[in-house]
Amino acid sequence: MKKIVLSAVLVLISVMVFSQGYEIGDKAKNFRLKNVDDSYVSLSDYEDEKGVIVVFTCNHCPYAQAWEDRIIGLDKKFDKKGYPVVAIQPNDTEMYPDDSFENMKKRAEEKNYTFPYLIDKKQEVYKEFGATRTPHLFILENQEGEFIVQYIGAPDDNYKDADAVEKHYAANAVNSLLNGNKPEPAKTKAIGCSIKDKSK
Amino acid sequence: MRVLFFLGLFIFLFAEGVSSQEIPVYSNFKKVEYLLHKDTDTTYVINFWATWCAPCVKEMPAFNRLHEEFKNEPLDITLISLDFGSSAVERVKKFSEKHGIKSRIVILDDPDSNSWINKVSPEWSGALPGTLIYNQDFRKFYEKEFNYKELYHIVKSKIK
Repeated sequence: MKKIVLSAVLVLISVMVFSQGYEIGDKAKNFRLKNVDDSYVSLSDYEDEKGVIVVFTCNHCPYAQAWEDRIIGLDKKFDKKGYPVVAIQPNDTEMYPDDSFENMKKRAEEKNYTFPYLIDKKQEVYKEFGATRTPHLFILENQEGEFIVQYIGAPDDNYKDADAVEKHYAANAVNSLLNGNKPEPAKTKAIGCSIKDKSK
Repeated sequence: MRVLFFLGLFIFLFAEGVSSQEIPVYSNFKKVEYLLHKDTDTTYVINFWATWCAPCVKEMPAFNRLHEEFKNEPLDITLISLDFGSSAVERVKKFSEKHGIKSRIVILDDPDSNSWINKVSPEWSGALPGTLIYNQDFRKFYEKEFNYKELYHIVKSKIK
């Protein structure tokens, strides 16, 4: 009995230590989440695309808002090239009513989102990815039906001023992938709002 | 007479500077970097926050209480605000007055955050709030919302 308890504890500890989300080169697990049009969207729906730009974002966060138009711009630019945007809202909506499903619907309509805006209601998908903040991007490359993580980080190098951007990290990453190269840098960081989760 | 006027002006300006906190704005991380690497006997607490960040606002009283509790000990607290936009200074100043903030506040307005987050700590993803606690023997970054008890215990065990 003691042994079982001990190994259970060890498994739990290793899960806690190692489930820190995806690294570059990891295969992203499929997910199925509700979209603002009430349909369900899965990663596997994109198997005919070259890849997907997954963006964890939300309504309330000033950094997410500052980058919002540039996220819309990424979809406009890369959807036709085979890299559409999929946005996921990971916050607890009781803690942040601004991010409720109803308000997500309003936001997507007001800003004419050309991509799905999904709610991570169970707050499992963001943990699987290892997203910590909004906005947080993961660019996945479709390699024969497997979605491989190729870029993790910020959309670009300026959270407040689109006109002052010097390094278009996300766009450069997608262009590299389209040209058969690895993104460089493959990982960046940015200031953002922590993901709001009651269990933390 | 003129001397008196300038003397008066000087006293006025000086008194003004003491009574309400002037909040410097740094547009380059290099200007605040020295705050993260002081080699003295003091223990330093550096909190990254913003007025619009709810968990940051929630933990602010804990930093205020920490400031009071250790005011006669070698502890130095700096609150680095990442507010941006045209009204950032005004917003931070109002916040500081409303919440009776006792610690030093600076605004860091360097939006190329990828270039400096790792210089604060490789352990930090960039999410707010975040707090660096360090002295000559200890250095750790906490990407979390603190309560007073946790903060107190860390500082109490590290302070020299």
